[in-house]
Amino acid sequence: MTQQPILQATGLMKRYGTVVAMNGADFDLMPGEILAVIGDNGAGKSTLIKALSGAVTPDHGTIELDGKPVHFRSPDDARASGIETVYQNLAMSPALSIADNMFLGREWRKPGILGSVFRQMDKPRMNAFARQKLSDLGLMTIQDINVAVESLSGGQRQGVAVARAAAFGSKVVILDEPTAALGVKESRRVLDLIRDVRARGIPIILISHNMPHVFEVADRVHIHRLGRRLCVINPKDYTMSDAVALMTGAMEIDGNKAA
Amino acid sequence: MSTETTPTKTVSDYEAVLNKADTAVASFQKDDSTLIHRARGVLRNNPTLIPALVLLTAVIIFGIIADNFLKIGALSTILKQVTVTGFIALAQTLVILTAGIDLSVGEILVLSSLIMGNLAVNAGLPVGIAVIIGMFFALLMGLLNGVLIAKIKLPPFIVTLGTFSIFRSLKLWYSGSESIRNADIVEKAPGLLWFGKGINLGGASILYGGITLMLLAGVLWYILNHTAWGRHVHAIGDDPDAARLSGINVDRTLISVYGVAGLICGFAAWIAIGRVQSVSPIGFENVNLASITAVVIGGTSLFGGRGSIVGSVLGAFIVQVFITGLSLAGVDDYWQMFAAGCLVIIAVALDQSLRRASQ
Repeated sequence: MTQQPILQATGLMKRYGTVVAMNGADFDLMPGEILAVIGDNGAGKSTLIKALSGAVTPDHGTIELDGKPVHFRSPDDARASGIETVYQNLAMSPALSIADNMFLGREWRKPGILGSVFRQMDKPRMNAFARQKLSDLGLMTIQDINVAVESLSGGQRQGVAVARAAAFGSKVVILDEPTAALGVKESRRVLDLIRDVRARGIPIILISHNMPHVFEVADRVHIHRLGRRLCVINPKDYTMSDAVALMTGAMEIDGNKAA
Repeated sequence: MSTETTPTKTVSDYEAVLNKADTAVASFQKDDSTLIHRARGVLRNNPTLIPALVLLTAVIIFGIIADNFLKIGALSTILKQVTVTGFIALAQTLVILTAGIDLSVGEILVLSSLIMGNLAVNAGLPVGIAVIIGMFFALLMGLLNGVLIAKIKLPPFIVTLGTFSIFRSLKLWYSGSESIRNADIVEKAPGLLWFGKGINLGGASILYGGITLMLLAGVLWYILNHTAWGRHVHAIGDDPDAARLSGINVDRTLISVYGVAGLICGFAAWIAIGRVQSVSPIGFENVNLASITAVVIGGTSLFGGRGSIVGSVLGAFIVQVFITGLSLAGVDDYWQMFAAGCLVIIAVALDQSLRRASQ
């Protein structure tokens, strides 16, 4: 692969007191791919993801987006650079409507004096955009985008969260355990949704403990162990049990196979 | 391949049966089987209807049992009595929407009315300047609450319980426990009493204060429903972590909410001077709890994120209608408080049952 990674991290270090969460972690994401990140609990993968999404500032190391170094001090910084994250708890406000949630923290204002002086939100335009994005991803089984998010099922909420990320994530979408709380059928919808997002050209970082899901959708699998990247494998060359063995240290990496 | 195991199939077999599965992700059971269910659905979607219906019912019932109740005199009295509590309830609504509470609102009101009175009457400043300085200090007091809550991460109840005492002692120190008499205000700073004037309507007067209350409620309704700041206030009360992850500056929004609440209390101080026609350090002792009562009866949830400005105004009216109505019906004062207490408990119980139905 001679392609330039869209998002790349080298030598990330993060220490919480005496706990070393990242110990020289490397990471790269290629354009248009689904990269799964797997690792045992405590391997530091969530710290890695938080560093990439701006929720954690690494002590050392560099992160490059499109070849340019970036320094995220907050999730807002990462978002402004086009990196959107869907958190495991979805970060949605249950009492607000679907449209409100999609635009939470980045509301559009009306043009002219209504927007500049009276700060009025452009609800019609926001609603139309939300409806458009949801139907792009085949989610318009949700009829009314003004219903409260709390009245949606788990899969529908996940769908709204993914649609929000895909709508605003111009460069990278990060999905943290998107299928963890879902049933079989709902998981399937979300996996289809992930492929739809990739088909629109947006690369995805998928964090998951669910090996069948990882092996089904991922183009490459980043295996994290002991605070650093152990290897990146091609799921076509390895089995799920290999991946689990690598991740837990039961198997050593065979250098030739690393993708 | 370093092991001899056969490759696991990447597409999980157990999902093959999904082809035949029902394709709908979730369907909503239409909840309209009975009239009660349908009514509950309507109320759930329009929570302001409950206080509106309660108010209407109360007015009708008191109109029947108390002879003088539906006369314009009694109704304008209710509007007069409700004005100051209504303003404080507006401030309290903003705070409670963020899942907070402000126990210091009444003290901010009184302290800033003392500042206005002292500057205008004793120091001889123009009324406009005195009012602006009073409101400025009210804003500072609100901001102090907000900073302690947002930055030092203390619970709002504790912070405002503390500042309640602090502002209370400051007001007694500042005033030297002395009131400013009506005659002095009339003579030296009649502008302070402007909101006590009104439009004459068939023998009863609608005070400017009451009209201003409605205008401010309208403005706040617009801000909460049509600006991003209003959405953020709701989102913070609903789930502060989700709000933060969505990119909302939670600390700054919280500080601004307490600041605006303080500012409204400062404005209400001017209204209050017009209402009672004098400035006293020991007035409006009940307004803290009365404002919370009005907000809760108006259907705003103490757990944050849900509620409305209109509901709070209606809530303030409901309490006053009960008090005035019971008094006109010849019921003892004690039982008026009793009725207000019952109203609060019923309102919260109703709120909870609707909430459960929506989950």
